[in-house]
Amino acid sequence: MPIPAYATPLERLWRHAFRLVCALVLLFLIAPIIIIIPLSFNAEPYFTFTARMLALDPEGFSLRWYDKLLTFGMQAPEGPRDLAWWLDSWHNARWVQAAKNSAIIGFFATLVATTLGTLAALGLARPDMPWRRTITAILISPMIVPIIITATGLFFFYSMTGLSGSYAGIILAHATLGIPFVIITVTATLTGFDRSLTRAAASLGATPARTFFRITMPLILPGIISGALFAFVTSFDEVVVVLFIAAPDQQTIPRQMWNGIREQISPSILAIATILVVVSILLLTTMELLRRRSERMRGLAPQ
Amino acid sequence: MRRLMIMTTAMAGLATMAAAQEITVMSFGGAYGASQMEAYYKPYMAETGVKVVSVDADNPAIPIKAQVEAGNVTVDVVDLEPSDVVRLCDEGALEVLPIDELPDGADGTPAREDFVDGTLYDCAVGTIVYSTLIAYRTDRMGGLDSTADFFDLAKIPGKRGMRKSAKFALELALMADGVAPADVYAVLATPAGVDRAFAMLDRIKSEVIWWEAGAQAPQLLADGEVVMTTGYNGRFFDAMVSEGQPFAYYWPNQILDFNLFAIPKGAPHAEEAWKFIQYATDTKHLALQATYISYGPARRSSAAMVGLYKDGKTEIGPYLPTYPANMENSLTTSIEFWADHDIELSQRFNTWLAN
Amino acid sequence: MTGANPGPAAITVDGVPLRVALARAGRRGRLRAFLLVAPLLAFILVSFVVPIGQMLFRSVHNPAFAANMPRITAWFAATRPGTGPDEAAFAALAADLAEAARARTIGVVGTRVNYEMAGTRSLFTATGRKAAGLAPPYAESLPAADRAWADPALWGAMRIASRALGPEFYLAAVDRTRAEDGSIVPVPPDRRIHLALFARTFALSLAITLICLVLGFPVAHLLATLPLRRSNLLMILVLLPFWTSLLVRTTAWIAILQGQGVVNSALVGLGILAEDGRLEMMYNRTGTIVAMLHILLPFVILPLYSVMRSINPSYARAARSLGATSWTTFRRIYLPQTLPGMGAGALLVFILAVGYYITPALVGGASGQLISNMIAFHMQNSLNWSLAAALATLLLVAVLLLYWLYDRLVGIDKMKLG
Repeated sequence: MPIPAYATPLERLWRHAFRLVCALVLLFLIAPIIIIIPLSFNAEPYFTFTARMLALDPEGFSLRWYDKLLTFGMQAPEGPRDLAWWLDSWHNARWVQAAKNSAIIGFFATLVATTLGTLAALGLARPDMPWRRTITAILISPMIVPIIITATGLFFFYSMTGLSGSYAGIILAHATLGIPFVIITVTATLTGFDRSLTRAAASLGATPARTFFRITMPLILPGIISGALFAFVTSFDEVVVVLFIAAPDQQTIPRQMWNGIREQISPSILAIATILVVVSILLLTTMELLRRRSERMRGLAPQ
Repeated sequence: MRRLMIMTTAMAGLATMAAAQEITVMSFGGAYGASQMEAYYKPYMAETGVKVVSVDADNPAIPIKAQVEAGNVTVDVVDLEPSDVVRLCDEGALEVLPIDELPDGADGTPAREDFVDGTLYDCAVGTIVYSTLIAYRTDRMGGLDSTADFFDLAKIPGKRGMRKSAKFALELALMADGVAPADVYAVLATPAGVDRAFAMLDRIKSEVIWWEAGAQAPQLLADGEVVMTTGYNGRFFDAMVSEGQPFAYYWPNQILDFNLFAIPKGAPHAEEAWKFIQYATDTKHLALQATYISYGPARRSSAAMVGLYKDGKTEIGPYLPTYPANMENSLTTSIEFWADHDIELSQRFNTWLAN
Repeated sequence: MTGANPGPAAITVDGVPLRVALARAGRRGRLRAFLLVAPLLAFILVSFVVPIGQMLFRSVHNPAFAANMPRITAWFAATRPGTGPDEAAFAALAADLAEAARARTIGVVGTRVNYEMAGTRSLFTATGRKAAGLAPPYAESLPAADRAWADPALWGAMRIASRALGPEFYLAAVDRTRAEDGSIVPVPPDRRIHLALFARTFALSLAITLICLVLGFPVAHLLATLPLRRSNLLMILVLLPFWTSLLVRTTAWIAILQGQGVVNSALVGLGILAEDGRLEMMYNRTGTIVAMLHILLPFVILPLYSVMRSINPSYARAARSLGATSWTTFRRIYLPQTLPGMGAGALLVFILAVGYYITPALVGGASGQLISNMIAFHMQNSLNWSLAAALATLLLVAVLLLYWLYDRLVGIDKMKLG
């Protein structure tokens, strides 16, 4: 937005001030995320840039905190790094265990949330859906209800039903929390969906199932995938419900981070945080590619 | 953790032939959990072939209460604080134990006399005596002349760490105000006594950093966020001896507390669990634990067996809360008092904190 | 289109009147739509609505006393409030105490009464141990065992506890209690915490919402007016934090703001601050506000952005060409058109902020705690689960009201992400 020629000096000043404010806010948003990346390579156990780091002295940097992610909890972390060492790490290192748990829980929670959520979104998007508003409100509510209330309710409920401390329990809970995101994204894709396409398919003799898989599905797939990504991230980032209902030995990455922050906050936390930032960059890129693909397929101009 | 146990058992070699028994022990984790592993679990597995699965919880009382209430108990032995023992025992959430079956001390003292006062209950057997006390950075301040110095910002400026709970904070405040340890709970039972404790706390409120998890206290001290803090003696010891941090203890007015083993009602392997408790709480194994963490053994007879720390050079006796010199002017937590007053005092404490 | 005009009814080829056929088709269509939603609805009902409903029930239903002290509960039910205990009452109490002590449920009973009257828990457990040995007349032997048994206040507390269903925990949740005569009075000032925490939670959430709007508006405006290629680039700066784990972001703020953190060390290093004059920006209210702002800001920017994108710039140009100053144009033309976006973003941020738990718990210290943290305290530390449920219910009601408002003003189906 160039400054128009007719702008008064005051307006020019104002325009520059405006840009400065925007720059500061954007800096506020991104700086914390950027700053932890170099800090995670600190050779010292501190949360600040050491003099050697500022001087870009290689001695000031190290991978020790990343190494700690592999070794913490191992039986013989000092040994030579042969196959046995890696197996030891794979089976015993705390962060590795947490990552495995998070991946398993996240995968199944996403599967449940995406399947049920997509089906429901298809129903909700139909013009003849009864009580749409109320039902949508109920289905979205897990996103709105404070997490501590959900966790408390699930704690009581799972204690009674024996689901507490089980993977199934956590997966169901995380699926519940992810469902609103799937519904919102898939419904959004369906709003721009051209219904005449399915009618055309039906009039040409396709069964509803065939119509869905050949026509609808490919078109709304980007929405489904981004919903699934949201659901996965929700599960992958969830700690409160896990704290309330998981068994003590069911550690996940966020739970391990939670313990780490409360107990001893060492740069290991920053190392795992950096890895997670890289993961979110990948996710963001995927989302952007999906969005573009979706716009292309639906014939919207890629502006 | 579970896998670690399995592998250790396998290495012990004895497990393979024994019946596939296993018990699950729930405890607090951290350095404390590690010391239990070395002192109790590993020897027990090696001798009996019973697999000991160790699981951690921030406070095991909470999952145990939930499990028993739901009738879905997976834990066989649980490590508890006394107030939780009393609470859970009175609520029928713990098995009543045949205390008289406990072995005599190594010196022949009957178990009931051998255990330190307050460490034997209908439902639980004590393992360690630990204390909440003040530790300070020797490079940032001199020592304390009295507990009152902790509450004197003029004399010793700087941040202090305290546990974020009414328990310990109120007792310490009263002792700093000149109440003798023997009278603390009588004074604290009166409204005027409570006011007096809060008045002391008011003096330093602006300079207190509150911690919750046990590992936070030495961390705050090590980071230099505080010049002194209350905390559990074993946690400081670890930082002092193993990491060489410049910490020192202030022993007078230390507040003694215990940890105990109990069996949840409906534990899947209650019988084996009781065998394990008898084994772990004999003179030898209680003494062994002090080798790995500086908490005092709950049996008097164990004191004679406590030797060097695992580093092989530190004499551990003087670092134990139960060392005679350290016991002077100490206070033992009153479980009954806290069972009765925890709710009202916690609420007042929380209100005080929030305003 | 329906063709249901007056006159002879249209008949389909099957011989069914068209109106009937259409109604049937419509019904079938509705059913089909509903069947698609049904599995998820059932899932959410079981995994979410029922657990929360059950928790609501727990906040008004606590059978700890009634279930374990049946005789004295029956006596309370049969007599009017304020009735002094007679020998029958003391006998019933003694029998129940002995029974509960034997069944090891006396602690449950004592804990329940202790909620109503502090300091009585050990009275129950101690007397329970002796109760089996007491002899009639119990009106004398019980008070002889402990004088407190003759205290009318204790009998009042037991009467309240004997009602399994009751609003007692809601009274506690709003810092009220019952006086001896049964009237509702505030608790002593030094124990009034919950209302103050609710007030603080709402005030902080409001402040955060307003700051989010003030900070988010210019950025959204900038993004909406830049050419798409450049705004997409800047959008990454908003979306990356949005996609990054909450715990990562909280960790980052701890690293930046704590006493030995990046900002303080930089200021000390530059000589602006003295070594012992480090700023306190973490483990207090400042820490909570900064970290929550960072987390919630994208929730304002994104809806504002999508609304601002759709605003036609020709209105503003028309206003300018008609002589309006840039400020007037902004105030009269642009701002009103952004209101839907501001409403959507602000409400969403406020709803999320009111229920925040993790960030205040990690960086809030003592002064930055919110009502969620108190619920967690009663769940995990004091184990007063009924009170936790009552507090949670109050919070839930507040959030659902806001949610309803959101639905009215914005429409849930308009909610967008990323």
